[in-house]
Amino acid sequence: MLRTSNPNLLPARWRRGFAFVLAIVALLVALAQRIPAAGDGESTSLTVSAAISLKDALDELGPLYEKQHPGIGVTFNYGGSGTLQHQVEQGAPVDVFFSAAEKQMNQLESEGLLLAGTRSNVLQNSLVLIAPAASSSVRSFQDLESPTVRTIALGKPSTVPAGMYATQTLEHLGLLTNLRKKLVYAKDVRAVLVYVETGNADAGFVYRTDAMTSTKVRVVTIAPASSHDPIVYPAAVLKASQHPQAATALLRYFESPGAQRVFLHFGFLPAENSAGKS
Amino acid sequence: MDWSPLWISLATSLLATAITLVAGLTAAVWRENRTGPGVALADGILLLPLVLPPTVVGFLLLLLFGRNGPLGHLLMKFGAVVVFSWPATIVAAAVVAFPLMYLTARGALEQVDPHILEAARTLGASEWRVLREVALPLAWPGVLAGLVLSFARALGEFGATLMFAGDIPGRTETIPLAIYFAVESGEMRRAFIWCGIDLAVSFLLLTALYRWTKARTPWRARWMSQDAA
Repeated sequence: MLRTSNPNLLPARWRRGFAFVLAIVALLVALAQRIPAAGDGESTSLTVSAAISLKDALDELGPLYEKQHPGIGVTFNYGGSGTLQHQVEQGAPVDVFFSAAEKQMNQLESEGLLLAGTRSNVLQNSLVLIAPAASSSVRSFQDLESPTVRTIALGKPSTVPAGMYATQTLEHLGLLTNLRKKLVYAKDVRAVLVYVETGNADAGFVYRTDAMTSTKVRVVTIAPASSHDPIVYPAAVLKASQHPQAATALLRYFESPGAQRVFLHFGFLPAENSAGKS
Repeated sequence: MDWSPLWISLATSLLATAITLVAGLTAAVWRENRTGPGVALADGILLLPLVLPPTVVGFLLLLLFGRNGPLGHLLMKFGAVVVFSWPATIVAAAVVAFPLMYLTARGALEQVDPHILEAARTLGASEWRVLREVALPLAWPGVLAGLVLSFARALGEFGATLMFAGDIPGRTETIPLAIYFAVESGEMRRAFIWCGIDLAVSFLLLTALYRWTKARTPWRARWMSQDAA
């Protein structure tokens, strides 16, 4: 009011600058409002750290569960199982850990970070050998030795479970030593898929569920289950969870027939012991 | 311990910086005194690697240089495959470092007083000579800053390299990749060792680079900048 009655108090140039800054601040505040905060309102918010290979299925299950259980919000944090494990170890606020391999879960269990009695195997997956849809050079594991196959992509065995299983299979088939020069390591299974899709790798190892998401690759063959460790997806509630009961209920939901049907649709198989354990 | 990430990182970042210096300077000189929609568009494309997430840059390089990509197809005719090879790490590092060199060099060239350039021209100097003996020496401190920036960026490059060159120990595994996989697999000791090496290398090389370029600052530039001050 003072400013309008006495225009000389602030030069016009300043006033314009002030209006500009005000507009920017208003814009930022408006944007910040659009970002939902965790634990908003009185609803219980659960955070699930899940392996990236579960993304498509869980993105469908999350909203479904929220609809059936009003007052509960489910947030997913996707990543490599190793990364997620380290986040939990460093104290990330996670309620449920859904790993793509037993190794990471075992580690958390030995460190006493899991809520006792909640761990169970929820799903199974299989490892497949894929090749670009357009090429026909790879028809079997033995074809990998042919000179026309120059590059084989797989996850880094020390961090990517799928890469570890692939190495076991190649070793089991007696191919690992001969093929070592052709192997290219990726940081996750999705990167392997991209390498094969674009034809930059002649073959690659991914989960059956990943291969099903792409039309640009074809499944050459399924790795025999006996050639690698069982591919199971264990899940557990973490001891640090603020809502252990709600988290356990969510975990049990993943094992329910309704949820398993959704998982099956995305190519997962139910774990053998999931029904017995609880 | 396998020292290959150190040698790979050193060779990659130095070569990428050299390529960036030439490419960035050329682009900046070309850009000078040009206007129009075409130039604005070119600017946008040249700065793209700075805006896009490195993984996306890596993906675009994969499409471009890949077996089914236009550049990859061309190179295949000469029997060269870039993807998943050591040169791929250089390409990735040079591409992400390029905008830093280009922007800084452009800024430095724009700061040069046009009257001095005009004076050189009235004395009969060719455009090339004006550029080489007047404009560049005057812009040299800015170019040096760009050089340091692009070297630092090239040495730290991770996302595009992993996507475009893959992780092949002894061939494309640079120090950042080695650190990433060491952390991911829980080998904290190995991760810390490589962090230490990375710090030492960047400190030593940046100091050396700075001294070397400082020593090479042409006397005319020093004299002129003193004169201006």
